[in-house]
Amino acid sequence: MATGIKDKVAIIGMGCSKFGERWDMGAEDLIVEAFVECLKDAGIEKKDIQAAWFGTNNPELSIGTTAMPLSIALNLPNIPVTRVENACATGTEAFRGACYAVAAGVCDICLAQGVEKLKDTGYGGLPAAGGGTKLAMIAPNGTAPGNFAQLASAYRAKYKISRDDLKLAIANISWKSHENGAKNPKAHLRKPVSIETILNAPIIADPLGLYDCCGVSDGSACAIVTTPEIARDLGKKDFVSVKALQIAVSNGYETKYNEWQGDHFVTTDKAADRAYEESGIKNPRKEVSMMEVHDCFSITELVTMEDLKISSRGGAVKDVMDGFYNLDGGVPCQVDGGLKCFGHPIGASGLRMLYEMYLQLHGRAGERQLKDPKIGLTHNLGGAPFRNVCSISIIGKYTG
Amino acid sequence: MVGIVSYGGYIPRLRLNRMAVIKAMGWFAPNLFGAAKGERSMCNWDEDSLTMAVAASQDCLMRVDKSKIDAIYMASTTMPFADRDNAGILKAALNLKDNITSADFATSMKAGTTALITALESVKGGEKHQILVAGSDNRRSKSASVQEMRFGDGAASLVVGDENVIAEFLGSYSLSYDFVDHFRGPNTKYDYNWEERWIRDEGYTKIYPEAIRGMLKKVDVNIGDITKLIYPCLIGPAHASIAKMVDANPEQVVGNMHEETGECGTAHPFVMLARELEQAKPGDKILVAGYGQGTDVMLFQVTEKINAMQSRPGISGYLSQKKVEEIYTKWLQFNELIDTEMGARAEVDNRTALSTLWRNRKLILGFVGGRCKECGTPQIPSDRICVKPGCDAIDSQEEYEFANQPAKILTFTGDNLAASLDPPAIYGMIQFDNGGRMMMDFTDCTLDDVEVGVPMKPSFRKKYVDQKRGFTGYFWKAVPQVLPEK
Repeated sequence: MATGIKDKVAIIGMGCSKFGERWDMGAEDLIVEAFVECLKDAGIEKKDIQAAWFGTNNPELSIGTTAMPLSIALNLPNIPVTRVENACATGTEAFRGACYAVAAGVCDICLAQGVEKLKDTGYGGLPAAGGGTKLAMIAPNGTAPGNFAQLASAYRAKYKISRDDLKLAIANISWKSHENGAKNPKAHLRKPVSIETILNAPIIADPLGLYDCCGVSDGSACAIVTTPEIARDLGKKDFVSVKALQIAVSNGYETKYNEWQGDHFVTTDKAADRAYEESGIKNPRKEVSMMEVHDCFSITELVTMEDLKISSRGGAVKDVMDGFYNLDGGVPCQVDGGLKCFGHPIGASGLRMLYEMYLQLHGRAGERQLKDPKIGLTHNLGGAPFRNVCSISIIGKYTG
Repeated sequence: MVGIVSYGGYIPRLRLNRMAVIKAMGWFAPNLFGAAKGERSMCNWDEDSLTMAVAASQDCLMRVDKSKIDAIYMASTTMPFADRDNAGILKAALNLKDNITSADFATSMKAGTTALITALESVKGGEKHQILVAGSDNRRSKSASVQEMRFGDGAASLVVGDENVIAEFLGSYSLSYDFVDHFRGPNTKYDYNWEERWIRDEGYTKIYPEAIRGMLKKVDVNIGDITKLIYPCLIGPAHASIAKMVDANPEQVVGNMHEETGECGTAHPFVMLARELEQAKPGDKILVAGYGQGTDVMLFQVTEKINAMQSRPGISGYLSQKKVEEIYTKWLQFNELIDTEMGARAEVDNRTALSTLWRNRKLILGFVGGRCKECGTPQIPSDRICVKPGCDAIDSQEEYEFANQPAKILTFTGDNLAASLDPPAIYGMIQFDNGGRMMMDFTDCTLDDVEVGVPMKPSFRKKYVDQKRGFTGYFWKAVPQVLPEK
């Protein structure tokens, strides 16, 4: 009988590059920047790493396919390296691979690393999709903001909320992330913005304005994981362990079967239930200390709060307006600035979120440190509301 | 009895106010003032002769048994492909059966009437029983040209057959003259025209009367017995002169539609005929002619069966669903007359995987999905395993057409980031009332026209153009049917 991942894996080191428009650095350089911090934090040597998982979403942009770019950039001693890709869940997928190898007892110490170099496209936003394939022949001429913006139309229709009220709520979401990002030296966007500025920004995809969209950034993040026993042998005390790792993937139900109303994420709803069960969390609103969720767009964050069962269905607007997700709220969210301000180098994002939770659990988050957090939840959503990959990770202080 | 069995038409929603041309270009071409009355129909950026032919043919095929169509002819001088059976694409879009004859009639303004005569004679010969003939054109013209003012975009379709005939075919008369009033070379975008006075005196007013007289003599009918005469003519005064020359009264002559659409090329005789048939009465004799390096004339007599024709949007319906465009630069943009900065996102390579297109032709061209034979769930695209939770049946799907299924908006947005000739790109998920849903581009609308719950109708449109290789990709988009209350 499977018993899940809870407390079978310890995180002993993490690293994260500065995110942003890293014009001076290629993907390989960013990998080294994050890895050097991570290895130092873990207090081990490179030769102690027995296997690695490498996540990147747009290899054709800069770094190439296969696992070789990681092995070459870090000059790894010919260990097994696996490249993974699962849209915006790529970084978490790499982490999951490394954790599973440790939990299975196949490896003692593993590395998970994600990277993305997005700012070599020569234009803003994510790279435009190519044409000619079956999907390109039938899918709308859309972009990521347009795909996610549709959540707003359906959410408004379902809960009878005016466009203005919803705009104000999602503006508050972005406002909060800018406040947090300003406190983070590694964040891409470090400037607080007023609600008025957010509301009056140019529309990217109705009703989402410029400030409803996250940054498109360069960056890398990584983790070194081992078993709790080895962590102890290495002299680690009060270390952080993995409580849940869940992935849920769309199967065509949202796009083809007349049931889902377009107002939330089917996958997040399911992955959350499984993650809480795996981690033993009964009341997420009370037990989760903090979160980094996939705020690619402000509306994504709003509906995700409901799928994660932190807010009730239709209740996220009120929670947001009450400041429940602010740094001083009930469950602080996007503590490091989120995708919105820390930035979103796709392959690195899942690991970046874990990095913030890890720092917070160790009390090393500086100006934005929360008071005694115990459980951190991270969430990625790759694709579009109607067709996506969702990952949820829960980590916390090891109590085993 | 052989004749017309059904008719249908399509005029694009957009109409360019001719005064918009004058406002923008009158300083340069004051000679255009004379033609600056009313509006000309204009294709949306995602429409062309093929998409209009599909819309007109859908209109025409309402309540016609598609399985009985045994040939399809498309007539146009603006076919999207020089070497690819355009009528074959039309056939695929209409999801007609495979074992039919498909053929293009092109390279002359009279290609439509020539196709119609060919179809009628084929049915008369007994080899074919029901043939769809579509005429469609969207001719390009230079900015501030007379052609820009006179041309229109539009399409109309006719089904001819030997059962349920609404207008009996009484005969035809053709003339073939290499009278070059204009021409378009194989690699040129625009017509080259000769002097209008010569075209009027030596062309229209000689060729049309000769053919009309020939037609009447052939079937021994007097001009006074003709209810309506349809003969497109670009030059207004010549149009009236021709009537006089064949001793017809002005009330017998069907107007040119200059102020409503402009002249729709090969489609124009069909457009005018389809509109006349909407109000025709049993016994009416209608003479139809097409003109271009000679002429074709046909004579029809309306039967009692016309009374049983079901309502359809038709030419009149589409004429009334108009949006008048006042922005001349939009016309320039949609017709590749202006070189706008489309941004780096527009640079993606649209090379089409032709093997993928062939494998998915029912879906991409015909908008055909599936319905599970075990649970009855309609779904598009049709995949091998049924999507209904708990059903999971494998290879259980039968073909299910979505092109005429009513639908409503479930989600939507207007996207300013996506590269579009007419931003914002509006798209979203539409849900079909009888089952099935799909994420689709929306077209023929602004963001103000859409809201959750607004009724939508699928429409065959240009999806993308691979400029590098000259390939136009088509798919279905969704068009709002009723405007929302905002």
